[in-house]
Amino acid sequence: MPLDKPYLDIPGTTIFDAEQSRRGYALNQFCMSLMKAENRARFKANERAYLDEWPMTEAQKQAVLQRDLNAAIAEGGNIYFLAKIGATDGRSFLQMAASMTGMSEEEYREMMVTGGRSIEGNRVMGEDGSAQAHRQPQGSGKPRWKR
Amino acid sequence: MARITASVYTSHVPLIGVAMDLGKTEEPYWKPLFAGYEPSRRWFAAHAPDVIFLVYNDHATAFSMDMIPTFAIGTGAEFQPADEGWGPRPVPRVVGHPELASHIAQSVIQDDFDLTIANKLEVDHGLTVPLSLICGQPRAWPCPVIPFLVNVLQYPVPSGRRCFQLGKAIRKAVERYDKPLNIQIWGTGGMSHQLQGPRAGLINREWDNRFLDRLIDHPAALAQVPHVEYVREAGSEGIELVMWLIARGAMADAAGGPKPRLVHRHYHVPASNTAVGHLVLEEPLEDPPS
Repeated sequence: MPLDKPYLDIPGTTIFDAEQSRRGYALNQFCMSLMKAENRARFKANERAYLDEWPMTEAQKQAVLQRDLNAAIAEGGNIYFLAKIGATDGRSFLQMAASMTGMSEEEYREMMVTGGRSIEGNRVMGEDGSAQAHRQPQGSGKPRWKR
Repeated sequence: MARITASVYTSHVPLIGVAMDLGKTEEPYWKPLFAGYEPSRRWFAAHAPDVIFLVYNDHATAFSMDMIPTFAIGTGAEFQPADEGWGPRPVPRVVGHPELASHIAQSVIQDDFDLTIANKLEVDHGLTVPLSLICGQPRAWPCPVIPFLVNVLQYPVPSGRRCFQLGKAIRKAVERYDKPLNIQIWGTGGMSHQLQGPRAGLINREWDNRFLDRLIDHPAALAQVPHVEYVREAGSEGIELVMWLIARGAMADAAGGPKPRLVHRHYHVPASNTAVGHLVLEEPLEDPPS
């Protein structure tokens, strides 16, 4: 009997469950390595070479090189681990979150200051809220912070 | 005999720590948030405990994906603030209480909760931000702190029901400790927030406030709420709120005693990506001698 995963119908959301964790182990451990200054320096000096030291899939490496957090999450990344890449680049958590919504940093900040994203229409896939697939992208921002 | 005197609940948003460390608390963005903590700071100064038992989660700081303990208790003598990638926070080191922590570990494990024992642990914003919010910026924290960590990063996290039961077991452990210590238990994290995906930025003010209402008045019923309601209504990171149920389960009324007194309640949106909630619940004064 398959496991019950009642969270799969939440729009714009990937729950980091044991399956995602298994898929993303090397990706997340690469991120964790960026806690050390010497590793950050080596990564910055040659990102591709540093990534090639890890048993990651090509899709995971591309997601990191592109700074495409939505892609990285789809490949098993966990946001708290991926945040180490943002810290390495000098980005705030707000900037990282904005990049996943399609909004510019200013648009996203304005949404938060005015009460955040509404839950209405964003509970279940198929509703009409701002996080639904047919509403993407949501703003004028870039889905990544690096080319 | 040791006793639990109060429980404190608060969000632990990292940017709150940054705002304090950089002296930005009077800026218009931050002022209403910090104003809501002033009554609690005054209350805390007048009711300082001997030990704080602080429930929080590690954010890929002390624990990587190599090991993911569901519950872990810090039994070390001290804990250094971690470098989370932006440099360590300029806050005091955290002094532990190894004797009480190991007593609680022994009691709670015998009560069927499988805790991981952590003798060496660097603590992140999940622990230091609540201390800063309630204690301000002292040269040393006012009392020893026992870190208690809950996995809320990798799903499935422990259920609200199990967290509430764990709180009861912690209360029992404290009551079996034969030194006269006053202990506060703090539950941290939340409230509604989502840091990932196209739904990032989700805030659910109504659900959050209903959570606060239920935590105060109907905690046992609240403990039955399934995970999927947290993540659907309060965002993927809103699941942190299950940790509040550990602190709530440690109050007297969960064991058939009298209800706690609401000292203070505060709610503010936003701090960075997050809705901030805060409660102080105090145990009723002991019966006067007859």
